[in-house]
Amino acid sequence: MSQNLSHLKHLEAEAIHIFREVAASFEKPVMLYSIGKDSSVLLHLAMKAFYPAKPPFPFLHVDTTWKFQEMVKFRDETAKRLGIDLIVHINQEGVDQGINPFDHGSNTHTHIMKTTSLRQALDKYGFDAAFGGARRDEEKSRAKERIFSFRDAQHGWDPKNQRPEMWKIFNTRVSKGESIRVFPISNWTELDIWQYILLEEIPIVPLYFAKKRPVVERDGMLIMKDDERMVLKPGEATTDQMVRFRTLGCYPLTGAIESDANTLEAIVSEMLIARTSERQGRLIDRDEAGSMEKKKREGYF
Amino acid sequence: MNTPDTGASAEALNAFLAEQEQKTMLRFLTCGSVDDGKSTLIGRLLYDTKLIYEDQLAALENESKKWGTVGEDIDLALLVDGLEAEREQGITIDVAYRFFSTSRRKFIVADTPGHEQYTRNMATGASTADLAVVLVDARKGVLTQTRRHTFIASLLGIRHIIVAINKIDLVGYDMAVFNKISDEFLELSAEMGFESITPIPLSARYGDNVTAPSPNMDWYNGPTLLGHLETVEFEADSAEAPFRFPVQYVVRPDLNFRGFAGTVASGTVSVGDQVVVAKSGKQSRVKRISTMDGDLSSTSQGNAITLVLEDEIEVSRGNMLVNAEDRPEVADQFAANLVWFSEDAMLPGRQFILRTETDQTSVSVTDLRYQIDVNNFAHEAAKSLELNEVGYCHFSTQSPLAFDPYAANRATGAFILIDRLTNATVGAGMIVHALRRASNVHRQALDVDKATRSAQKGQKPVVLWFTGLSGSGKSTIANLLEKKLLTSGHHSTILDGDNVRHGLNRDLGFTDEDRVENIRRVGEVSKLMVEAGLIALVSFISPFRAERQLVRDMLEDGEFLEIFVDTPFEDCVKRDPKGLYAKALRGEIKNFTGVDSPYEPPKNPDIHLHTSGKEPEEILEALETALRSRGVLS
Ligand SMILES: Nc1nc2c(ncn2[C@@H]2O[C@H](COP(=O)(O)OP(=O)(O)O)[C@@H](O)[C@H]2O)c(=O)[nH]1
Repeated sequence: MSQNLSHLKHLEAEAIHIFREVAASFEKPVMLYSIGKDSSVLLHLAMKAFYPAKPPFPFLHVDTTWKFQEMVKFRDETAKRLGIDLIVHINQEGVDQGINPFDHGSNTHTHIMKTTSLRQALDKYGFDAAFGGARRDEEKSRAKERIFSFRDAQHGWDPKNQRPEMWKIFNTRVSKGESIRVFPISNWTELDIWQYILLEEIPIVPLYFAKKRPVVERDGMLIMKDDERMVLKPGEATTDQMVRFRTLGCYPLTGAIESDANTLEAIVSEMLIARTSERQGRLIDRDEAGSMEKKKREGYF
Repeated sequence: MNTPDTGASAEALNAFLAEQEQKTMLRFLTCGSVDDGKSTLIGRLLYDTKLIYEDQLAALENESKKWGTVGEDIDLALLVDGLEAEREQGITIDVAYRFFSTSRRKFIVADTPGHEQYTRNMATGASTADLAVVLVDARKGVLTQTRRHTFIASLLGIRHIIVAINKIDLVGYDMAVFNKISDEFLELSAEMGFESITPIPLSARYGDNVTAPSPNMDWYNGPTLLGHLETVEFEADSAEAPFRFPVQYVVRPDLNFRGFAGTVASGTVSVGDQVVVAKSGKQSRVKRISTMDGDLSSTSQGNAITLVLEDEIEVSRGNMLVNAEDRPEVADQFAANLVWFSEDAMLPGRQFILRTETDQTSVSVTDLRYQIDVNNFAHEAAKSLELNEVGYCHFSTQSPLAFDPYAANRATGAFILIDRLTNATVGAGMIVHALRRASNVHRQALDVDKATRSAQKGQKPVVLWFTGLSGSGKSTIANLLEKKLLTSGHHSTILDGDNVRHGLNRDLGFTDEDRVENIRRVGEVSKLMVEAGLIALVSFISPFRAERQLVRDMLEDGEFLEIFVDTPFEDCVKRDPKGLYAKALRGEIKNFTGVDSPYEPPKNPDIHLHTSGKEPEEILEALETALRSRGVLS
């Protein structure tokens, strides 16, 4: 038997270990399931961690009501296929106020329909630990985040007040109202994710594969017109183009890339020669470099 | 946008993927003093291994203009400096993890700061690292910080060191400078037990010897930094190490499957192997090694698996399944090196929560033998450990721990200390050796024990902990209950806050330390009462949840019943049997619970007594019913 594990086996074992630690130490964990490829990997790892039992916690999707239709379909099929307990939470107040990314902008929309909504859901069910699929390679301020990230009662993150994380020994103790966000795939890169999906044959949303889709060019990004709620501005027109998505979120905020890659193999080959990072396709990171950190202090995942 | 050319690149892709499956992972940390060039070096590695995307590069150019320290050039250090606050101060103040990858290995880099007060962060980065890159500024040579970083690396069990002698461009690529620093470093680290020490002359800023051999140093024939990182042999000691499997979680989907989930800490295991439960000595054989990808016939260190045993033996989280021939220590007293992380000094005698990978127990530092000066490695007498100090201590745990010396096993020889009140991680320990084997003093070894004593009295020994505001009626109810207990043939005793303060704890005041000590002593005494088979009625305001938890943790499950005497503040003030509220409200008594000091009501009390508008007898009845349902009263 070979001494050193392959790097993917290593990352897999690390994530499984973390899942088990949380399940053993917390009263009410939940996994945040965002339907994207990272969530797909996370879910797969959760299934592995407790096999042959099912994961001993529910899965939560914070639905902004602006997800791609294909994402929602995939979400429901996945929950059914795996027989897991899926909770879908929508910020009803936000819906009532008609919050949407077109009229209110990405910041307000994200804040109300995602950040606030997530807080609502966590408070409503009293979850004391929440798994998320964030990776340290995504963005600079994440590189310093712990695997077990401590949140105060307001769900805020204080970069100066994080617990040192030694070895594989995690301090899982929280006081009332406080909670912990846990990131089992912290140490994975985008390429690791794709390789693992390929190796383990993990199902992902078809939007990741190139296909002819109706897109509009807006603010330098290719936005897919996923439903009638997107109203074209003067001079705009949809065209059918071969595109795929590297990352998935609310459809009006997620840029597509032109691509012919319609198999996993093709995606990985494309990745190897890619010259832009995946976050480029997210409107939310486009403002100042420190913006993600600010959002995180407010409780964005 | 590029599209794959299906024919040729499919082959290339397969080759690539095959390569990926062979790829191993190396975790290393970089340490050096401020401005030695750590950030620049990591930026350089990321840049040269093409891990930087165009949009990131564009962002970097913007930021270089705003924040950079290198004039018109792109400042590579900005690639890895993350948080706003740090950027404003121009220093890195935390541990950041970076990733890059070559065809042979994936690397995880822990970037740790050089500031003196951040030993803690370095220890954090070092705890998971296989190798350390110690930066030395060629102009400055070996500094105090160099010694400190090297010492901490060795303390945390890192076996491989690269001495990156940086800014060699600024000393004219001089071989003599390189040799002098190398020699000095070898001398200072001679006693630290490193397996390999590799000095490399380099320039992070211009890239000499980082990923490609430098054209400026003909005299140097050694490896480049990346070349060495890609090929250095590490780990390897684990194959011979005995099998250790700390149990994390018991998987039990139905009656037909009971598996122990965990990650193999060391060694290998195969189906049919004899294994032993570390703490009980019970034996069994491995029946299955289960994973979602199918059963395995054997597995080794680092794999996360689920073991099924032949026999139905008791194993729970915190215990270890181990090699039957080569077992870990099981002890409740041991010596360990401790790195202190907290602003509040470590004082011997204090109680903490000790946590290993999967086990948890109460612990106290019984003795601080000496402090280790991380700069010159001298041992010095000390009364306390301050933030970032390292000491050699004796520990005594509440229940026995299964472990190996840290030098033999980094996974099973390490622990952290957690403050009971704040839940902060306050220290990290590395076990040196056991002081006394638990088996010699094993509690079961006593012929007369708690079980026999309580059997003799025909009762279930328990602590009934009455908590509530001053004047809520704790003592009244406790006294009534004790009379009942006596007449019904039970054996009991009462501990009352005021009385204990006058005797056992009269040396204690009302500072934070004293308050904790007060509770600790009362907890210990209650525990002795339970050992004696008695029902102990304790009435203590005990306003803080953490303190009550502290006592609960001292006792076994079911031995501590928290009884919340819930009387509204207004009622207590109205009753005011001792006139204390009147005084407190006039400001004559400070820190009075409910007035200017908080009372934290129990979240889930075992028994909740609402007293408003009720007679003591009625409350007693409710209490008796609750105790009956818990088997305390028959
Ligand atoms: N000439 C020269 N300058 C360097 C070299 N490495 C780093 N520097 C400069 O030294 C300064 C401090 O570097 P930085 O990476 O921020 O140091 P850190 O505090 O250790 O992260 C910056 O101005 C760098 O450009 C080098 O090899 N040669």
